[in-house]
Amino acid sequence: MSFSTMLSTMAVGMLRTCAIFFLTLLGSLPLGLGIMLLRRSGNRFVSRLTQVFIAIIRGTPLMLQLLVWYFGPYYLFGVNIKGWRFPAILVAFIVNYAAYFAEIYRGGVESISIGQYEAAQVLGYSRSQTFMKIILPQVVKRILPSITNEFITLVKDTSMAFTLAYQEIFSLAKQISASQTSFMPFVIAGVFYFIANYAVAYAMEGCEKALSYYN
Amino acid sequence: MILEMNNIRKSFDSLEVLKDISLSVDSGEVVSIIGPSGSGKSTLLRCATLLEQVDGGEIRYLGRAACTEENGAPRYASPSELKELRRAFGLVFQSFNLFPHYSVLKNVMEAPMLVQKRNKEEVRATAMGLLEKMGLESKCDAYPCQLSGGQQQRVAIARALCLKPEILFFDEPTSALDPELTGEVLKVIKQLAEENMTMVIVTHEMPFARAVSDRVIFMDGGVIVEQGEPEEVFGNPRQERTKQFLRNYEP
Repeated sequence: MSFSTMLSTMAVGMLRTCAIFFLTLLGSLPLGLGIMLLRRSGNRFVSRLTQVFIAIIRGTPLMLQLLVWYFGPYYLFGVNIKGWRFPAILVAFIVNYAAYFAEIYRGGVESISIGQYEAAQVLGYSRSQTFMKIILPQVVKRILPSITNEFITLVKDTSMAFTLAYQEIFSLAKQISASQTSFMPFVIAGVFYFIANYAVAYAMEGCEKALSYYN
Repeated sequence: MILEMNNIRKSFDSLEVLKDISLSVDSGEVVSIIGPSGSGKSTLLRCATLLEQVDGGEIRYLGRAACTEENGAPRYASPSELKELRRAFGLVFQSFNLFPHYSVLKNVMEAPMLVQKRNKEEVRATAMGLLEKMGLESKCDAYPCQLSGGQQQRVAIARALCLKPEILFFDEPTSALDPELTGEVLKVIKQLAEENMTMVIVTHEMPFARAVSDRVIFMDGGVIVEQGEPEEVFGNPRQERTKQFLRNYEP
């Protein structure tokens, strides 16, 4: 197999990796916000339950969670979910990352001084206006470095879709390497991950700069 | 009466901070509240501005009840009624509490547009007029972090005034400022007093309180110890506790 054939075969895998990455963010960034609001709920039961949920998600390997989401429905309920491989992968990633994002958001929200809430209240802002216009924009700025960390981890974590035999770049590299007895697929995969993360870091740095107009 | 507070009681856990305090403020009146730290002056302001819930007593703005007492327990008006009543007052904080991600102009303009649904052009004109009065028209595009403390506090005053409150509360507006910056903020408050803005000012600036107020209230231990015209309270205090307190401020 020539280098260019190898590269073009693996290009499909790169696209699938990117699909997992972007769709996971699309789902987990907003879901994390919802989980954070539940975690901060005034209802003790709701907040406690959310805390347990976050503990479970953070306390077990993502690889195990992938297996649970894919095989769980069959073993637990006898439901056949053949053909739902990709959705199962997305659910596992989205739920996992949302739990981490929720805790990052919470740290950000709790770092905003009480004076900001009080000023908004006296000026007549409603609770949702206060959150959306005053609190959230300041939170975003404060949590960007932590969010960048998560993004970079996610780029590399996509390789865990390998567990469910999803043909993203890591699975393909392993397969082609075995069939062609070549080391090159791993190099290609490595370079791909590195460039992808470089791009993520560059884009996030741009975001941080864009928000650096105030302190 | 713009503000009436009757028999206000407030405790934090077992600590009684306000013991049956009553305070009425008439239209155009400037009232200063002085007293040692922990005397309850800030808590009184926070109860008046609905940032703290009282344990008992009545609060009325323009005769409309924000809080009444029933069988010894406070009963606050409905959220929609409270929202309406909040329009009656503004508050200037010790720590300014400007919104750091908004420009000066947006800090002043957003609440009138968002909360009072006023026309953007009218709000802009009002806001620019207020900033001009504060000597800050050239700073309208700056962000709070680019301003001195005194400038930030003047923006906070403009932000409160842009909502056209009937009464403006100041919670130690100059305590976070050095003497030079204190002067520029006090000057602005004095100017408002001359324009007959109704104000209640919690302050440690005795000469200022004496010069600007129609009435001075001395609080200690959660009660009003003495009140009256500034010349009486400062010049000829009747209570021993007041004399003792004011002695600390003698040059």
